[in-house]
Amino acid sequence: MRSTMCRLILAASLGLTVLGVHAREAEPVVADPALESRVLKLSEKLRCLVCQNQSIAESQADLALDLRDQVREQLSAGKSEDDVVDYMVARYGDFVLYEPPMKLSTILLWAGPATLAVLGIVFLMLRLARRNKAESVHLDERQRARAQALLKGDGTPEADA
Amino acid sequence: MKAKFLVPLFIFLGLVVFLGLGLGLNPRDVPSPLIDKPAPQFKLSRLDDPTTEFGLADMQGKVWLLNVWASWCVACRQEHPVLVEFSKHSSVPIVGLNYKEVKGDGLIDQRKITDDMELPMAVNRANEWLTEHGDPYAVSILDLDGRVGIDFGVYGVPETFLIDKKGVIRYKHTGPITPQSLKEDILPRVAQLEAGA
Repeated sequence: MRSTMCRLILAASLGLTVLGVHAREAEPVVADPALESRVLKLSEKLRCLVCQNQSIAESQADLALDLRDQVREQLSAGKSEDDVVDYMVARYGDFVLYEPPMKLSTILLWAGPATLAVLGIVFLMLRLARRNKAESVHLDERQRARAQALLKGDGTPEADA
Repeated sequence: MKAKFLVPLFIFLGLVVFLGLGLGLNPRDVPSPLIDKPAPQFKLSRLDDPTTEFGLADMQGKVWLLNVWASWCVACRQEHPVLVEFSKHSSVPIVGLNYKEVKGDGLIDQRKITDDMELPMAVNRANEWLTEHGDPYAVSILDLDGRVGIDFGVYGVPETFLIDKKGVIRYKHTGPITPQSLKEDILPRVAQLEAGA
């Protein structure tokens, strides 16, 4: 009785496992490892439009698989990496690139952090310079004597007023 | 100089404005580089008669819509009644680009689909779907491997392109068309294009 139960549970869980398996077939073992590494390298630079925080190298979305096939097909046909990137940008725009190109519209993106850092350093330096100037206030003899008296503790502030 | 303490407040308000604007944007709405460019050339089998082909040239001189759809696409179900209704009252032809009917997400079969099985299967599924939900399309074409879809920059079905008489893409709508988007975004542009030479 117990073993039947066990078998049922085992069968059920096996069934679930089989159902849970992703329906795509295993991709064939690569024929050309050199090409495949180029495909992978380029795919990492291209954004998957469906799952936008993944590259088409990482994503298992259907579109990512198709685009990877396109990369492979075009590279094996002898096109350069730039050609493939141009092909993608012509269809999906700059958005498909993980690294945005330097353009008028993206200049803030590229120059922004450096500009902010430079501005910050300049601001800090001006601030420090001003503070140094403020610290080196020149005291005349009378003020110096009074300051010393105050430090010793026998000065009476009212006496001066 | 007195109001110096207000500076952080203004910086904060500036940030609020930018972040607020950012929240209002739709991250899925990727701007298409194809707007105002000639539509990609294609020649694909017709759904009603797979032995004949249909291409861009067949729509020359017309203002028309290219609607990308598939029977596995859930959002298409939401959009479809709008298109069916639209096709009854309008003379604007809608060409249905059936995108990866068999190999798309959703209805992936457990068994391997060979190339000779793919076409009849796609035709079958697409036709069944149109019979059930209504057929708003002047013609439907089969993009089995999704290559034409890629040429059009399709990344999420449904997508709809508005193409003018010269074959230039004038507008792209990503996601299901609603009665509102039809009225506000598509029809005014159609009227404008039809009025133009």
